[in-house]
Amino acid sequence: MFRRLEGSDERPVQRIEFEGTPIAARTGDSVAAALLMAGVGHFRTTPVSGTPRAPYCMMGICFDCLVEIDGVANQQACMVQVQDGMTIRRQQGARTL
Amino acid sequence: MRAFDLIVVGGGLVGSATAWGAARLGASVAVIDEGDDAFRASRGNFGLVWVQGKGLGMPDYARWSRRSAALWPALAEHLRDGTGIEVPLRQAGGLYFCLSEDEFEQRETALRRMHNEIGDNDTRMLRRAELADMVPELGPRVIGASFSPIDGQTNPLPLLRALHAGLERLGGSYLPGRTIDAIEPGVDFSVRSGTERLVGRRLVIAAGLGSRALAPLVGLDMPVHPERGQVLVTERLRPLLDYTCHTIRQTPEGSVMLGDSKEDAGFDTSTTVSVTQGLAARAATVFPSLADAQVVRTWGALRVMTPDGFPIYQQSERHPGAFAATCHSGVTLAGAHALALAPAIMAGSLPDDLASFTSRRFDVPAA
Repeated sequence: MFRRLEGSDERPVQRIEFEGTPIAARTGDSVAAALLMAGVGHFRTTPVSGTPRAPYCMMGICFDCLVEIDGVANQQACMVQVQDGMTIRRQQGARTL
Repeated sequence: MRAFDLIVVGGGLVGSATAWGAARLGASVAVIDEGDDAFRASRGNFGLVWVQGKGLGMPDYARWSRRSAALWPALAEHLRDGTGIEVPLRQAGGLYFCLSEDEFEQRETALRRMHNEIGDNDTRMLRRAELADMVPELGPRVIGASFSPIDGQTNPLPLLRALHAGLERLGGSYLPGRTIDAIEPGVDFSVRSGTERLVGRRLVIAAGLGSRALAPLVGLDMPVHPERGQVLVTERLRPLLDYTCHTIRQTPEGSVMLGDSKEDAGFDTSTTVSVTQGLAARAATVFPSLADAQVVRTWGALRVMTPDGFPIYQQSERHPGAFAATCHSGVTLAGAHALALAPAIMAGSLPDDLASFTSRRFDVPAA
């Protein structure tokens, strides 16, 4: 569904993991962009009804791209850049303190 | 020119609840309101339906607040039935935490005085050990809390929306984006805004901080001033608070709100690091686990305060038919405004139990 813009991407590869599956992202990718490129269809489920959600605004406003990154819950995937070795999981409903 | 049984100046929670309550009785009602750029305590407030501790030194206010809390379920039900808008209401009880023996004793003394003043008071003091089953793990500095089973919370945003929608369903007119250019008292009240002219048999000034300038036009005195409160909202969290706490509450959707700062900042609604830091620190002192919660939004809003903090309800002596209505608890008092104040205004006189809310109480020279 998503593809990188024309031209070869020379940026170094960053290896991340989503729900146990390895993904090759590029330096400078947001976590949200990297997951969408890899075909991830839903990022989180909502706290109230459990409905699946995916990024909507890609600019830090909608909070529909929430994921757990390296064990920290409710991270906005569109606002965090990938780093080699990142472990990402879906945000299932609201966070537990 | 358009004619109405009642014109309400101000479309916040006080004006809208009063207008809706009058329209429910069959009156033709217009609400004249400012736009989205107005100072709007109705949208910035904390959302408590709170009774405990209110009215020390003014028993009529304590009774009025309790009456409103008791009327709230009916208000929420009428609004849901009339508009389809769900105004969430949870009256499961409220806690006010004390962080030192001094605070605990002061709270206990104040509540005992209130008990003596109003007779019935179901608020009781709970020691730390008694709170263990009610709330998440408490910080070491919490000594105890006062608990009232009738306190609770709502969401002021759907409340305001439901009041506006309900008013229109009942044939009333909500007229936003207006400022008042003139009010001419006579047999009827003529209200002019730009080229528009509305005429009303009765008039209510419920314009929040704008009331100060408008009230004298109809022989009323509403010496209100702004008091800023700042609010923090966390990310959504799994349910952790069953009870409403005075400065901490969790919404049904999971956000935790922290609030109840009080500042004189004039008409400035911005937030400050020092105050938001203080609110967050106190919350984390009560519930240490909250220290890990992420704050996603903060805002400031202005309370509408009278010199003694109690409401003003009054009919103009010089221009009967004109009424003043203002308070800093438009959420808690929405039930009373809609279902008790509005009928009294449409009947033409305020009941004796509202007599002490006249602004004449401010005329006494300071000693």
